[in-house]
Amino acid sequence: MDKNELYQEVLLQYSKRPKNFGPMECATHAADGHNALCGDEISLALKIENGSLSDARFTGSACAICTASASLMTGEVKGLSCDAVKKLAHDFREMARTGSGDGLPPRIQVLDRIHLFPQRVKCAVLPWETLLSAMEHEVGGK
Amino acid sequence: MDIPTIREQFPFLGEKVNSHDLIYLDNAASSQKPDRVIRRMSRFLESEYANVHRGIHLLSERATDAYESARREVAGLIHARDESEIIFTRGTTEAVNLVMNTWGRKHIKAGDTILLTEMEHHANLLPWQHLAREVGARIEYVPILENGTSLDLEIAATLLSKKPKLFAFVHVPNTLGLENPAKELCRLARDQGITTFMDAAQSVGHQEVDVQEIGCDFLACSAHKMCGPSGIGALWGRSELLATMPPFLYGGEMVDRAFYDKPAIYRDSPARFEAGTPPILEAAGWGEAIRFLREVGLENIQSHSAALANLASQRLRAIEGLHIFGPEKRASGIVTFSMEGVHAHDVAFFANERGLALRAGHHCAQPLMRKLGSPASSRASFYLYNTEAEVDALIAILREAVSFFR
Repeated sequence: MDKNELYQEVLLQYSKRPKNFGPMECATHAADGHNALCGDEISLALKIENGSLSDARFTGSACAICTASASLMTGEVKGLSCDAVKKLAHDFREMARTGSGDGLPPRIQVLDRIHLFPQRVKCAVLPWETLLSAMEHEVGGK
Repeated sequence: MDIPTIREQFPFLGEKVNSHDLIYLDNAASSQKPDRVIRRMSRFLESEYANVHRGIHLLSERATDAYESARREVAGLIHARDESEIIFTRGTTEAVNLVMNTWGRKHIKAGDTILLTEMEHHANLLPWQHLAREVGARIEYVPILENGTSLDLEIAATLLSKKPKLFAFVHVPNTLGLENPAKELCRLARDQGITTFMDAAQSVGHQEVDVQEIGCDFLACSAHKMCGPSGIGALWGRSELLATMPPFLYGGEMVDRAFYDKPAIYRDSPARFEAGTPPILEAAGWGEAIRFLREVGLENIQSHSAALANLASQRLRAIEGLHIFGPEKRASGIVTFSMEGVHAHDVAFFANERGLALRAGHHCAQPLMRKLGSPASSRASFYLYNTEAEVDALIAILREAVSFFR
């Protein structure tokens, strides 16, 4: 398996210049995620208003796959209802496991080869798991 | 030490990754096995295998001979006074847990202090934290100096003067490329009557380790880190301490007399601490590995590994944005580093594509790596079969990774 199949150019660009990277002011929800195997650590901050995500940003230190995945994810979920985000997270995890990403936005399907690299599946999925966890955790325990 | 001749004895070196020669720099995690260890284990299975200590028959005698001769090899390797001081365990982790459960539960009480260091592997950290929480004891840590260059020996002396019940420390940490001054630490502890436990997983089989010279009370090590099989390690303890310790696990072989209606009478060390069928095959393999290492010479092995680590770290420093943890001069074969703008997991993946096995992550020392400001780092660790050409390959691959990922 060649590294270029994993580190496609578009993915590398997302990891080198991640979108939505940095702290968020007045986040309503937040969570941390980490991958003990390789040391990925990300923190996710969300703004949830009237049952939908108006903003999502992340910080942390993570590998190229995790960073690109978080970058793509935060771009994709903005403006979606919480239910739609949960469905997307479910579909993404399914794609990471099986390679079948039907119904997922085309931009996210750039990660559809990840199932060929079992050790890296966790890297790609970590942002989504952290997102689901953040949706359950109001900042300040409101 | 003739490296080409040594390399001929390691079959794994014939493996290819994407048509690249395999370069194995993950020795601190586990070492590869020479042909004679592999052959010893297969011969043992073919013609010597049975359970130990119980049969009156030929094969049981052969198996018992192999098992007990491995115990003598381990005793000789670390200069134990008597082979009954060597207890076979599943590895270093189980040896720490054995002492925690037996000596620890007997002697550590509420309000007592256990002294550790900030550079412990989880194996010599979590068992003591667990015991401390359970009995209400306190844990203190000898701090590291900046960037993990050494332990703060002044603070170590101060903390030891407060008379903790136990001082458990790592001899050669698996991350920092240094050797702790075990003899000095044990002398300070002994002056205060403190019991010492030394995690020697990275030192035994990699350098001369003499428990009499060092003066510790307990030592733990693993076979798989020294060309032996996984699944076996040893606890060494001073016989006067072992004699006062309750059993660890209960069952077959550790008992002298058992009854329906009164407490059993247990055997003495080592049987007392080796309940159940032990790792027999693994002991045969470990014994052979020790004979091999002593023939090569432990001082040769140490100077070769450290020389490669020093060469690697000198050349790594020339890579922009690369940071090495620990002292400038390497005392062991270990070099742990982080690279700005390139995550360790990507480095390891990229390196593997070119046949290079590196370790990425927190190296089972999460609190230490957090303190050093690097949740994830890369590690190259050298052993007797590694070469300068492999250092060249390491540098070339890392330079390539930098231009790919940055």
